[in-house]
Amino acid sequence: MSAGHILQRLLLVIPTLLGVSVVIFVLLRVVPGNPIAMMTPPGASAEDVQQLKALYGLDKGVVEQYMIWLGGVARGDLGVSISLRQNVGELILGRLPATLELALIATLIASSLCLLFALIGSYHPRGLLSKLVDTLASAIQAVPDFMWGLMFIFFLGVIWPLFPISGRINPRIEHNFSTQFYLFESLLTLNGPMIVELLRHMFLPSMALALPMAGIVTRLLKTSLSETLKQEYVTMARARGFSRWHILLKEALRNALIPTLALGGVQLTFLLGGTVLVERIFGYPGIGNMAITAVIQRDLPLIQGLVLTFAVLFIVINLLVDLLYSKLNPRVQH
Amino acid sequence: MPDRALHYKPFWSDAGLLVGGAIVLLFFLMALFAPWLSSHDPLEQDLMAGLLPPFWKDGHDPAYLLGADSLGRDLLSRVIYGSRIALIVAVLAAGFAALLGTVLGLLAGYYGGWVDTLISRMVDIWMSFPAVLLSIVLVAVLGTGLHSVVIAIGIIDWTRFCRVIRAETLVQRSQDYVSASKTLGLRSVTIIFGEILPNLAPVLLTLFFLEMGIAVVVEAILSFVGLSISSDIPTWGGLIAEGRQYVHEAWWVMLLPMLCILILVISLNACGDGIRRVYDPVMHK
Repeated sequence: MSAGHILQRLLLVIPTLLGVSVVIFVLLRVVPGNPIAMMTPPGASAEDVQQLKALYGLDKGVVEQYMIWLGGVARGDLGVSISLRQNVGELILGRLPATLELALIATLIASSLCLLFALIGSYHPRGLLSKLVDTLASAIQAVPDFMWGLMFIFFLGVIWPLFPISGRINPRIEHNFSTQFYLFESLLTLNGPMIVELLRHMFLPSMALALPMAGIVTRLLKTSLSETLKQEYVTMARARGFSRWHILLKEALRNALIPTLALGGVQLTFLLGGTVLVERIFGYPGIGNMAITAVIQRDLPLIQGLVLTFAVLFIVINLLVDLLYSKLNPRVQH
Repeated sequence: MPDRALHYKPFWSDAGLLVGGAIVLLFFLMALFAPWLSSHDPLEQDLMAGLLPPFWKDGHDPAYLLGADSLGRDLLSRVIYGSRIALIVAVLAAGFAALLGTVLGLLAGYYGGWVDTLISRMVDIWMSFPAVLLSIVLVAVLGTGLHSVVIAIGIIDWTRFCRVIRAETLVQRSQDYVSASKTLGLRSVTIIFGEILPNLAPVLLTLFFLEMGIAVVVEAILSFVGLSISSDIPTWGGLIAEGRQYVHEAWWVMLLPMLCILILVISLNACGDGIRRVYDPVMHK
């Protein structure tokens, strides 16, 4: 992908985001539940309600509200949260690092599991291990992240309490992180005990996110590997006496990864969407957990800001997957 | 080809379908006869019985076989009543998704051209949105309640039906019986719904069972986060949310609803896969 091509893709991002924002804005404005009604005490007068509406700009028409909001977004101002009475942008930026770290760890776990299983299963294409991997992958994929999360809490958190099941860090531990990227910061300062503490908290939620994705991608990669192993150049390599592992790792894997990446890339956005629920189950303080609270509170500015954030993240992930794809696959390079 | 298609295996010859179907049937019976099966009113509170343990643990009360929740409501009765919402949502939501997806899939597959392009593009866009996020936003928009949950699941999951039905319709369209119907001068609507649709019944039934499993989980998710039905109607997701809250004091609150969801979903999947195995002439040649 050339620089011009990337620029073209980036320019396409703007209308997409505009579309998402219009849809979410209009949808939320037809909500029957009224956010003002939720924050006023039962005895509030009509005047008080009117005043509050004016304060949050909810007394104006939908188009005007949208224009005001859009103008704010263009200046980097996402408005003020109704339930938390803080700047939406600051609230989201404070929570986003936690979600990004969790999603990254989950992606790493899913990719390693998938590589491991697909390679083991492809070593003897018609062997027992291959069948075992197939069965295991479909079983893992059939259980959604919600159920994995609950089962992990139940078995590894309570019955056999190996891991903590809520939060990001033990609240009794004192820390003075200067950013919200706790894990990255601990890695940079080589703070060993802190890294262990953070990873222990992340382990169960990231496993719940990683397993369904690992199941799907393992099947994709395994199919793609078995196609690649039928190619002539693999037969050539075999005839030249290279070992099975050499052929798998050095000859077949790179080519098999290309279609897997194209099809499995979308799974990453699903993993990120999964954080909404998994963070809720594990009381993990990220933007997903925040999104559910915002919906329950009918906090319109916060919901808008969060949906926009998720949309930006999905677009960035798709863009990165495309870039990686064209990097690996010389045929799509211009 | 038609010869072989007529010789379906009997449904009881498939173990997965038989066991799965029996379990699903049991759940339906449980929902239907909930008032007779449960020992308590699921809403009856007894604060003295709060978080009472189940029968195998010390300090249990024989009146509360599987213990009680934090407000002293009988857990077993709540789980039994919870199956009602789970199954109602499963059937209605899967039905709604099936209706939307099948009609659009038939149209796209039969007419092709711009109709197909339009519908297929819509499916692509739809499927690129993570379902959980979409369902939570939709319920926020629709408000809580049974109808919102059903509509939200239908609006999100019609694509599963649409993609498969479109592909199957493309295959059917090129068959002789469709050309014959056209030559006879039947109207397109008659051909689509009277001739093609009945041939898609096994596929549709398979998808329907799989979708019911998905709907059970989505309903549990929405009740879990408190966005489903009103909180005084017992749901499995609501019970899990409560169990999650008291998981260190009373882990058993969460166990039974969790098991129910898992067993029901696995059985529904087994039914779906079993129907495909029994009715697919290609698979069992």
